Amino acid sequence: MKQFLIFVKKEWLHIWRDRRTLFILVFMPIIQIILYGFALTNEVKNAKIAVFDQSRDEATRAISTKIAASQYFNIVKNLYSYQDIEATFRKGQIRMAVVFPQGFRYDLLHSNHAQIQLIADATDPNTANTLTNYASAIINDYQQTLRPTGSLPYTINTQVRMLYNPELKGAYNFVPGVMALVLMLVCAMMTSIAIVKEKEMGTMEVILVSPLKPFRIIIAKTIPYLLVSMVNIASILLLSVYALRVPIAGNLGLLIAESVLFTITSLSVGILISNTAKTQQMAMFTSMMSLFLPTLLFSGFMFPIENMPVPLQVISNAVPAKWYFIIVKDVMIKGLGFTAVWRETLILIAMTAALLGFSIYKFKIRLA
Amino acid sequence: MKTVTIEHIVKTYPAEHGTVEALKGISFEIDQGEVFGLIGPDGAGKTSLFRILTTLLLANSGNATVNGFDVVKDYKSIRNCIGYMPGKFSLYQDLSVQENLEFFATIFNTSIRQNYGLIKEIYEQIEPFKTRKAGQLSGGMKQKLALCCALIHKPTVLFLDEPTTGVDAVSRREFWEMLHRLKVQGITILVSTPYMDEASLCDRVALIQKGGLLSVNTPKGIISEFKKTLWSVSADDMFGFMKAIKKDPGVESCYPFGQVHHVVFKTEENSEAWLQQIAVQNNYNKAAIKVIEPNIEDCFMALMQD
Amino acid sequence: MEKENVIVTHELTKRFGDFTAVDNVSFAVQKGEIFGFIGANGAGKTTAMRMLCGLSLPSSGTATVAGFDVYKQNEQIKKHIGYMSQKFSLYEDLTIRENIRFYAGIYGLRDERIREKTDLLLQQLHMKGAERTLVRALPLGWKQKLAFSIAIVHDPAIVFLDEPTGGVDPITRREFWSLIYEAAGRGITIFVTTHYMDEAEYCNRVSIMVDGRIDALDSPANLMQQYASASMDGVFLQLARKAKRSGD
Repeated sequence: MKQFLIFVKKEWLHIWRDRRTLFILVFMPIIQIILYGFALTNEVKNAKIAVFDQSRDEATRAISTKIAASQYFNIVKNLYSYQDIEATFRKGQIRMAVVFPQGFRYDLLHSNHAQIQLIADATDPNTANTLTNYASAIINDYQQTLRPTGSLPYTINTQVRMLYNPELKGAYNFVPGVMALVLMLVCAMMTSIAIVKEKEMGTMEVILVSPLKPFRIIIAKTIPYLLVSMVNIASILLLSVYALRVPIAGNLGLLIAESVLFTITSLSVGILISNTAKTQQMAMFTSMMSLFLPTLLFSGFMFPIENMPVPLQVISNAVPAKWYFIIVKDVMIKGLGFTAVWRETLILIAMTAALLGFSIYKFKIRLA
Repeated sequence: MKTVTIEHIVKTYPAEHGTVEALKGISFEIDQGEVFGLIGPDGAGKTSLFRILTTLLLANSGNATVNGFDVVKDYKSIRNCIGYMPGKFSLYQDLSVQENLEFFATIFNTSIRQNYGLIKEIYEQIEPFKTRKAGQLSGGMKQKLALCCALIHKPTVLFLDEPTTGVDAVSRREFWEMLHRLKVQGITILVSTPYMDEASLCDRVALIQKGGLLSVNTPKGIISEFKKTLWSVSADDMFGFMKAIKKDPGVESCYPFGQVHHVVFKTEENSEAWLQQIAVQNNYNKAAIKVIEPNIEDCFMALMQD
Repeated sequence: MEKENVIVTHELTKRFGDFTAVDNVSFAVQKGEIFGFIGANGAGKTTAMRMLCGLSLPSSGTATVAGFDVYKQNEQIKKHIGYMSQKFSLYEDLTIRENIRFYAGIYGLRDERIREKTDLLLQQLHMKGAERTLVRALPLGWKQKLAFSIAIVHDPAIVFLDEPTGGVDPITRREFWSLIYEAAGRGITIFVTTHYMDEAEYCNRVSIMVDGRIDALDSPANLMQQYASASMDGVFLQLARKAKRSGD
């Protein structure tokens, strides 16, 4: 036990004395969260839109006025044909178009069923998503005023069409996604250099010729980094709540516990990389290349996994971030409890055990 | 029982074209309490042999034991009883002198206090700097700290891989004095060095070159194996004199040695007269010619040529 | 006959903060001389050598190398010196010929001259036929000899050798020194540091640095006589033991 503790202490001293790296490790997640946060900001004001009103009746005018009156939209153009819509979008003059079909009011009053089409420029998916959500809300609001007593069930169907990017996810998806990405990268990179550094410095030679057992070396190396990661979890959660305004709907304790679990998984990934890499550069490169893209692609927060070909869907199951992403969405956003995420939790635990076990098994008791 | 036994050890490494043989089936033994020197240039196979004996590398074939333990099967037992100082400085540069020592004592399940007696003399020299980071120590002090760390768990066999390489003559001498005090404590020491002059400081030496042993003997024994007469010559134009000597077909070798050249003839007769004649023919002045006792380097070079 | 001086220093000093690495050093090295520069680790050899190579500015004092001032003309100095150390060697992943070409090219030799030089050099080193071998595959001794030959490929006035023979076997070490003698015979001044004291004896003159100062400078024979010692090893030990400071 004493052997183990002094190794942890030594490892901690390495981190603590390398102030520059420590600074980067602690501030990198903060900066990343803030950067991503700005990229996914859901506050849209005075977005330029156009209206193509083929009905030109009382109801369409009322809805147009209501939309124009809101702080979110600014009607800059009235359009007169579908070709116009396309052309205006191409010129980049508008972010969204509202299309009323002919006989809108008639449909609304007589068949109790009318349609509005919202066409958004989804090259910027977040903005497109936000705009259509706002517009839908305004139209719903108008619907409420039509039936103050709730007697007549007039319904307007807003038909949303996303140009250029048919599948969109909500902005709230980004915070759990960014949490998964940042934790994975920072933790894995930290530990990926931990073992290979000793190999490069030549100290591994002396450590190997001591009675220390491989699993103690590996566990001792992860513990100080776990401490640093806890700081990162705290700063990421604080920023999510206060800077990005994504409240924690579920149990905070559960969220933290799950984050610590995911951190350990990520640290284990780093240890495995460190075990097999020959140089520190190699380790850094491997962790960047093998973790950044898969996490981005397969965790589900950028690209919907449901739409991927089956082989890729299968691959995505091997990405730890996917499971953590589901957990955070459920606990943080939806406010669900442990009963909702126990399966994902179990998968993460199994992955961690497998990674650590494999690292210890692969740990070379000799050189070369 | 021999403290270290080495039998037909072969070690090869993959290379661009086939393999490189770092050790070509070498065998020797080391007695308990010996200071044994492994002497040879870079690339002779010294480090490979050290790593095999310290259980860090597996040999392709052959057997070796340390304290009676097999280097492959009983590697854990060996790791408990040996001290190892690799050729490259292998302590934590960002930890202080004291922190390094404490770390190595603890991972070997001991404490500084328990074995302080063994390292006292060496540690006292670096104690004034005990809070300094190891990376900021001078070469000589790093070496002393590394030796302390290798000794702190009271090993019975000490492996020192080129401890004096790149170290100045004064520090080298001090280091050897330390080793001799450790020998008195009964520790068996295997030390490698590229400096031939350090051979005389060992009880026995193995001369190693290109993965093969040239000779294993006491320093005196190695010198007595040198059967030919060795001439020391000098004149005013040393470089010219050497060229002239080398041109002579009767000369086996002529090597510069500091202020003189060492010359060996193929046949022993009339050597002195020959040398005199070469000096006179070329008008070299102040020619001095005499027979001398060979040193280890003479022997090494003679063996290299065989 | 007074020979031409290629290195002249006068009270050359280098301070790092309140630490004086090189302390008021004055000496002169003659053309074609083999000048040994000896000292314990941390005595200030490397710092002094860096100043002479134009890599670091002195704190005070003057020095000229190949007639150029170390303060103002360091680019000129770099053109007229060669440098080789045990650590700095050749490009391992280039062939012998490519290495020669590269270094000769750096010093601005014309193509025709490079071809001539390459042939001469390969012949001298008995490496004819091996010119397409990667340097990585060469034995250490060959590498060192090749590195030296390349360091003087542009016929510099002076070549600085920083522990050129570390770890090399005794025969190759001597072959290396033959190359040094030949270069000196052609008028190239050799400025060499070494930890092998027998090599110090090969030099025409040896300076011994202790604590940043030059405590002795003379021919090996005179030094051995002065310090009543049979070898340079003895001379060095007597001087270096007086050192107060330890450390690089």
